[in-house]
Amino acid sequence: MTQPLVAIEGLSAISTRDGGAPVLRDVSLTLEKGEVRGLVGESGAGKSTIAKALLGILPSTVKVTGGFIRFEGRDLLAMPRRELSDIMGRDITLIPQDPQTALNPARRIEAQLTDGLRLKLGMSKAQAHERALQLLDEVQIRNPERVLNAYPHELSGGMRQRILIASAFALNPKLVVADEPTTALDVTVQKEILRLIRRMQEAHGTAVIFVTHDLGVVAKICDRVTLLYAGKVIEDGATADMLTAPKHIYTSALIAAGPRYDRPNAGLEPVPEAVFRQLRAEIGIAERRV
Amino acid sequence: MTASDLLNRLFMAVLTLLGVAVIVFCLLRIVPGDPIAMMISPSATPADIAALRAHYGLDLGLPQQFGIWFMDVLKGNFGTSISQRRDVMELIGERLPATLELAFAALVFGVVAGGVIATLGTLARRTALDPALDFINGLFLAVPDFVWALALVLLLGVFWPVFPLSGRIDPTLSTYFHTDFYLIESLVTLNFSAFGDLIAHMVMPMLALGLPLAAIVVRTLKEALAEAMVQDYVLLARLKGMSPLRLVLQEALRNAVGPTLTLTGVQFTFMIGGTVIVERIFSYPGLGNMAIDAVINRDLPLIQGIVLTFGAIFILVNILVDLIAGWLNPRGAVHG
Repeated sequence: MTQPLVAIEGLSAISTRDGGAPVLRDVSLTLEKGEVRGLVGESGAGKSTIAKALLGILPSTVKVTGGFIRFEGRDLLAMPRRELSDIMGRDITLIPQDPQTALNPARRIEAQLTDGLRLKLGMSKAQAHERALQLLDEVQIRNPERVLNAYPHELSGGMRQRILIASAFALNPKLVVADEPTTALDVTVQKEILRLIRRMQEAHGTAVIFVTHDLGVVAKICDRVTLLYAGKVIEDGATADMLTAPKHIYTSALIAAGPRYDRPNAGLEPVPEAVFRQLRAEIGIAERRV
Repeated sequence: MTASDLLNRLFMAVLTLLGVAVIVFCLLRIVPGDPIAMMISPSATPADIAALRAHYGLDLGLPQQFGIWFMDVLKGNFGTSISQRRDVMELIGERLPATLELAFAALVFGVVAGGVIATLGTLARRTALDPALDFINGLFLAVPDFVWALALVLLLGVFWPVFPLSGRIDPTLSTYFHTDFYLIESLVTLNFSAFGDLIAHMVMPMLALGLPLAAIVVRTLKEALAEAMVQDYVLLARLKGMSPLRLVLQEALRNAVGPTLTLTGVQFTFMIGGTVIVERIFSYPGLGNMAIDAVINRDLPLIQGIVLTFGAIFILVNILVDLIAGWLNPRGAVHG
């Protein structure tokens, strides 16, 4: 089987609210089974739009104007709703950005963690409970019985993110879309969560699309990276290659703009305006998008 | 709410009722009108009037009158009705169940109808039904209970007479009741002919009181549901394959119900006030209807008793609402 798990081909989309402004410009990328792919870019670069398109939850204000998203060879954009909802939550799942808002405050953890198992796999309550205990063990939560019985507000942010990760991997999906899953967490917790996602991904053989604006996070977890600007793919390649030998001037400017732990007093270096001018000229836009 | 919170609330409730007692007592003595003048025959001599005054203690000073009445109230004795010459507690005890049944029916109707419509509206988001619903609901919000009562009398009592216009039960039915909770008793004793008749009498006053409540429930609940439906946890549940109806009822409702509950509590106390005029319009033999008679007759002990009863209901409802809110929201609840 040489067919990639996900193949995005020439995907273009516009925002209907923004007077038809393009949000994705002819984006193509492929994702192999079990691969961790970073989608990196600043706000408005289109990384979240790609993630939402993969999950079939594009807002009504975004209209796809061309291209395909093939998942195991089948076009997600042209798929009937029923088939799509079969795949979503089972083969493709989501680790959301903010663990504070991603768990229902009024339901116990057990109910939320077992929803997918019961609805998609038809497990009984007792089966789902057993599986939930296993999952919590996998994400290294002690006292699993107590946690299952708890409400979200009784748990820390890191704990909640672990539960959301367990929930995302519960049905052995083929693809997990991680939407900036560490942005809302403390730096120390971030590191643990990244390690956990990597370990879960390896154990389950799952491919991960990792949406982030943080090149430091990319370096820690991603096999390959796609860098976007204004809805256009600027550079695409293996993480190590891109970070050590960037091909595009924007990539090197971004790397240079990051904090340097080896030179703590050097200060931050913003991406020069000349780089943005060049980017805009390449993409063919007049105004810098914010 | 913890146990000490509850005790605190109950203590405050007693203080509030004390305040209500003082205010209603003073107000009634400031307002012009003499209960004795309503009772005497035209041939009464000044000596007769003075004797009657002394009999009811109206010749005493105000603080003394209040002291006597208040001490009696503490012992559970609300005095004797001047116009009906019967024990006030007994009179209230006979009428309160009718009002409680009516108000509770209107509450259930308002909450259920409002809840169902808000749920349907939430399911119909982004369709043409949604703005149409908001528009109609806006009209319903603008119509008060007594206007509904009059409109219903015309519609369902006169033009299309499906429901009886007045009273609580058909007097020819000659059912004997052991309690004054006719509706509950007829249900418990499986007396369905009486139950049906009671419901038929109750429909119009219940709608008059319940429709404004339903409109408010729709407005607040729909808004809160819309807010909850865009939360990440709803998105995740949707991805896991949860049906739209379950998304609304299981994921969104419990997080959205807080403001509606608080407002329903406030609205319920207004509704108890509304029973006064609505019961009058439908000649429904409840406490509110009796309150109007008591005021017309300047029946001071009866008015005082009724106002204190209404006050106690207001306070109890508010405490109850807080208890339910705490139970619904695990973040505010005590675990143990």
